[in-house]
Formats: sequence, C-alpha cells, structure tokens
Amino acid sequence: MQKIGVFVCWCGSNIAATVDVKAVAEAVKNEPGVVVSTEYQYMCSAAGQKMIQEAIKEHHLDGIVVCSCSPRMHEATFRKTAEAAGLNPYMVEIANIREQCSWIHKDMAEGTEKAIILARSAIAKLRNNMPLQAGTSAVKKRCLVIGGGIAGIQTALDVADAGFEVDIVEKRPTIGGRMAQLDKTFPTLDCSACILTPKMVEASQSEKINIISYAEVEKVNGFVGNFTATIRKKARYVDELKCTGCGLCMAKCPAKKGKNEFNMELDNRPAIYIPFAQAIPNVAVIDPEQCNKLKNDKCGLCERVCTAGAINYKQQDELIEREYGAIVVATGFQPIDANPLNELGYAENADVVTSLELERLMNAAGPSKGTLVRPSDGKHPHTIVFVQCVGSRCDENTKRGKPYCSKICCMYTAKHAMLIREKYPDTDVHVFYIDVRTPGKNFDEFYRRAVEQYGVDYIKGQVGKVANENGKLMVQGSDLINGEQITIAADLVVLATAIEPDPTARSIGTMLTSSMDTNDFFTEAHPKLRPVESPTAGIFLSGVCQGPKDIPETVAQAGAAASKVIGLLAKDHLVTNPCVAGSNELLCNGCSQCEKVCPYGAITYIEKEVRGPGVREVRRIAQVNPAVCQGCGACTVTCPSGAMDLKGFSNQQIMAEVDAICL
Amino acid sequence: MENNAKFLTETALRISGVNPRKCMKCGKCSATCPNYDKMEYHPHQFVTMVDRGQIEKLMESDSIYMCLSCMACVQRCPRGVEPGKLVEAVRLMKIRQQGMDHKGPRDIPPMVDEKVPQQLLMAAMRKYRK
Repeated sequence: MQKIGVFVCWCGSNIAATVDVKAVAEAVKNEPGVVVSTEYQYMCSAAGQKMIQEAIKEHHLDGIVVCSCSPRMHEATFRKTAEAAGLNPYMVEIANIREQCSWIHKDMAEGTEKAIILARSAIAKLRNNMPLQAGTSAVKKRCLVIGGGIAGIQTALDVADAGFEVDIVEKRPTIGGRMAQLDKTFPTLDCSACILTPKMVEASQSEKINIISYAEVEKVNGFVGNFTATIRKKARYVDELKCTGCGLCMAKCPAKKGKNEFNMELDNRPAIYIPFAQAIPNVAVIDPEQCNKLKNDKCGLCERVCTAGAINYKQQDELIEREYGAIVVATGFQPIDANPLNELGYAENADVVTSLELERLMNAAGPSKGTLVRPSDGKHPHTIVFVQCVGSRCDENTKRGKPYCSKICCMYTAKHAMLIREKYPDTDVHVFYIDVRTPGKNFDEFYRRAVEQYGVDYIKGQVGKVANENGKLMVQGSDLINGEQITIAADLVVLATAIEPDPTARSIGTMLTSSMDTNDFFTEAHPKLRPVESPTAGIFLSGVCQGPKDIPETVAQAGAAASKVIGLLAKDHLVTNPCVAGSNELLCNGCSQCEKVCPYGAITYIEKEVRGPGVREVRRIAQVNPAVCQGCGACTVTCPSGAMDLKGFSNQQIMAEVDAICL
Repeated sequence: MENNAKFLTETALRISGVNPRKCMKCGKCSATCPNYDKMEYHPHQFVTMVDRGQIEKLMESDSIYMCLSCMACVQRCPRGVEPGKLVEAVRLMKIRQQGMDHKGPRDIPPMVDEKVPQQLLMAAMRKYRK
C-alpha cells in the first residue's frame, strides 16, 4: 500500500472563506493509502513547504496531494518541494479547490462537499502515478532563418551578435526582400534603401552569418535543439566566388526581354542579371527561362565577356544538409492579385497600378528613374485617385479578398499622396477610403499633415467602377458624407492592395509542423504572451509571416524572436517533459491514425518483432519521439486499440479520477 | 422600435436572409449602382434604414421600383451584405401587403404595358423560376 499525504491550503481567506478546510482534511483521512492529512494557512509559503517536507520524511510518504490553487500557479513549486525532500516530483498531485471551487461557489456546505470530491479524485489519480524521470537532449548551436527580408536580416544580426552561427536562406537571388523595393518609409520619409542596405552589408560581412541566397528549404527533420534541414541551392549558372558583380555580362546579354521582378515587372531585364545595384550577394544570376544558351545552346556571349571566368552553364542545383538548434520563419508577404476585382480595371488599364508598383515608379532606381509618369504613355499624371482597402476587410464568403485589415495601406497611401503633392503641386490627389486607421507613434499626425498641409482630398466611400474613356480613367465612387455618387476623371489610379503571406509559407508551415491560420499566417504560441514563438518548440516567428506589420513592428518582432533563439541556443541541454505519449506494442496495430493527428510530427513507425503471450511476429508499430512530443494527448484519444497512453495522464489515471467523482 | 416596425424589419430580414449589421459603410454598393440617381434612398442608405427599422418609409418610396435588380451591389459588396436582396424583400412585402393578389407568370403577358414596373416582372420570374 502506498503512503499518501494530503495537504489542504486555506490560501488565506481565498479558500477558507467558502470551504471548510478542516472538514476536507478530516474527510479524506481514511481514504485508502492516506496516512497523513492536514491543513495550513499558506501551503506555498516557506513554512508550508517545510511542513510538507517534514511530513514526507516523517511518514516516509511516496506521494502527496496538495489541495490548493490551480496547478498552473503552484504545481512547479510543490514539485520542487517534494523533490528536495527526496520524493519523485511526478508523485505530486494538485486538487484545484480555489479557481474550480471556492472562487465560484458562495455556499460553504456546497463548496466543502465539492472540495472533498476534488481531493478524493486527486488521491485516486495519485494511487496510479508512477515516478517519472525527465530526460535531456543536446542543443545544436546554430540557427536557421528562412527569408532574407528585413525581418530575417534583423533576427540574424541579433542572433549573430550573441555569438551564434546563423544561416539565412533566401529564395530570391538577393537578400533585402520587400523593404528593398520601397521608396520612402513612413512617418519620417527617410529613404528605405538608405536604412536597409547598411544592414544587408552588415549581415554579409558578419563572420557568424552565412547567406544562402537563391535557395529554398526542402526538408526539415528533428525537434527543438536538433533540427536537420536540407536546403536546395538553385543553380545560378554563375560562380558566386568568382563573380565580381561588374555588370559587363548584363550590358552584353542580347536577351533583354525578361520581366524585371524587382521593378514589379514594369520594365525588362536581361537574361543574366543582378536584381538591383545594392544586391547582396552582388553576383549575377542567369534566368534559365530567358537564356538562349541554356535553352538552345546558342549565344554564350556572357561567358566570353566575363573577365573573371565566373559563368558556368553546367552548374547544377546543390543540396546542403545542416543541423540547427532553432529555426526562425521570416517568409514575409506579397500583394494580392488585383485582377479578379474586375470593376477596378487593373487587368485592362496600364494606368491602374498597385501601391507597390507606384513605389517603383517613384523610386530613383525604378523604371522611370524617379519621375512620376503614367506607365501607358510616359506622361505626367495630373489627377491621381487612390483606392483603399482593395481586397482587405472582405467577408470570407464573398471571395473578394481577405477578411483582415492589411494595416500598412492607410499609412503608405498618406505617404504617397504627400510625396506626390510635395514634388508635383499641380497634381490633384483623391483618396477613397472606408476608414482611415493610423494608430502608431506620429502616425495620425502624418496623415493629418497629408490632409491639412498638402491638401490631399480624402473621400469617405468606395469605388464602384473604373472605366477607360479616351485615355481618361473615369472613376465612379461614393461620397457618403455628401450623399452623392461622384465620377472623377483620373490619369492614374493606385490600388492599395491587401497583403497576403508569401505563397511558400504554407509548404514551410507543413514542413515545420508549425500551425497556421486560414489565411496562411503562422500562429503564435499565445496571442498576447508568446507572440514570437510558434506552438511547435524551437520554431520562432519574425515579421509579416505572423500577421500584417509595418517596418518598426517587424524589426521589433525580429529582435524579440532573436532573443528567444539566443535563450534556447545558450543552453547546452534541454530538459524534456517526461509526460509524453508512448505506445503499447502488444496493442498497436500500426493503423497510422495517431501519426495523422499529431500536431508536432512526433510519431513514426517501425517494423518490430513483437513477443508477447502467444504472439511472435514482425509488426508495424507506432513509436513516439519523447523529445518532440509535447504531451497534448491527441494520439491517446484517437488510438482505436487503446495502445497509446500518456505518461502522467494515463487512461487508467483519468478513469480513476472519474470513478472517484462518480462512485 | 415599436412593435409594427420590429415585425416589418424581422420580415424583411427573413425574406432576404440578409444581415445588415455586417455592413461597414464603405459605399461600394452606391458606388456601383447604375441607377443611383433615380433611387430616392441609395443602396447604402437602404441597408442602414432596414437596420434602423424604417421599413414603412422604404415601402412608400419609389426606390423599390427604381432598383434594376441588376445585383451588381450584391456581387461587389466586400462584406457579403447583399443590398439588392433587401430591396427585393421590401418590394415583396409591399406587393404581398396589397391584398395577396400577386399573379403567376402566365397571368402577366396580357397585362404588360409601360405602366407595369419592370422590377415586378423580374421579381416574379425570380420567384417562380424554381
């Protein structure tokens, strides 16, 4: 028979005012196994803990029940107390008689009765407890950052600063991401490239940071502290170590019809190209879809002009396999496709552009060298209409766009409108809006400046139709405040298109078994208290992959994610939770159902010879990796044969609790 | 809201299956409406008035016949409010109120002249199409 001690806490008057604690202690005194039962005013205090420890030693207890507050509050405290007295910490059970009893009852008799039941059920569970040992696993001191935009760069810089090795994997030929495409940044109007490129240079020069550009993560195995990633480095057809970035090949390349992705396809680039002047690495890449040599084995001009001998048409994709302790997702966003919203005429009219296209049109390094012109005829537009909330804030069932607010559009439209009025005062600027949302430091002041100082015309209402009449864009919209439908003859229409997660996010989320919401944004472990961690241990979130954000918020989150990574990598070993699932190989029939429901990818299958009473055969059996399992219990309730069980919360223990309440 | 107004509102919402509270006052419906100028109460106002229980006012207005039932507002509404269905519901309430004497599709052709509002025909076709 076990020797169990029961300790009932008053919690001052928190419990004692509604529960007769003495009666509870008295009532469970004769439960099977209970050898000592007592109460005290504050069980969590030093004196209360000492009382428990002395009782453990005096009565040679092999399990204790503490009737007190929620286990979320003090389970860890009492486990430590028990461990210090030589008891296995998993032989401690908490009966929650505060949050689940005294705080929600008024009547003393009722409260006491319920407290006794809760105490009995904890005792019943404890009788089935087994001592558990927490294991440890080593931590690989290296961090993988997926995505080389401002979020990824900032996280990498901060992690490297703490002395850990970081690999940035970027799918495009250069790091820099969306921020590199922007012209100015709100609300200070400083040049985006001027503040971003020094960070890009810093990342490339850091001894701890290794930039793997033009590469994608293909496979991730393992668990927190011990990930193994396979990275596919796509063939550039240019030797990264030899290329000096002189640009001679770009000038000579005869295939100049490639769509310039960096300029939002507003102009063309050669088949061999460096995305932009400040690209890092400053190395050319050949677009195999464009290159005549790669397609038809004709030309080869770039190889002949390259003085460094860097061109290599035979280059193959390269697979890199590395081990990491932590992974940071910083996959960023893209603007949605405005084509399906056909009333806005984006597909038919060159002069209906998205805001990101306008950024390139206004940028000194853009296709028009910073002069604001219409894409159709290169003329200066005199009337410009901005349309807000294009594809944002839509009911999901309408299939017209995203249900969320994209957050950044109000501010960048105010910026665009202001910059245009500043540079071209002869331009009329109208903005159709639903709401103007500008919370943030100096944000609303910025928007008001656009209205009051620069005379931007904000119209409350949406746009119903954009029609091209002899080169003029007739914008028909609502002016709800004046109660009229108005039509503005515009030269340029700018759509503030919603932003959505990068299309690669979903496959990366699946690869990392990291949960996502219905919009493909990564979910955080807790929406308020753990905003930069994924629910999957060892995976951290940085930037817009977790939700729409502006640059300051992205940088802040990137730093926060880095600090969490540093906290993880600073440890040599991780203590694993012993309350993990395990399968009974005699019962398991290898049906794979547990593997399908496991949110952490902790379950694999092995072929194993099973020897049991009357059984001797090779079977497919589920095996749980205890370092990955988080003890959620999804597999135990799914298992049709009852083979899966969760240590510390076994079916037997739970049923004993239920019996104690019901019988 | 007095009892009759409440009853009328509930009827309009039941017939249309529309929840006007989803509206976030963006004006897309009125921006789209091809007959905006002829509508005494414009589509976005129509939605708000239903929400406020002003159905009687709407039933007396020409707006319910001026609506072309083109359903552009229904298609474009980013919130899925479907203003055109509300207009149709109020129109039906008006028709049903006047003595339950609505006609089947076969009764209509001999009666058609320029005085019959086109919207009535549209409404009848939609109603009896099934």
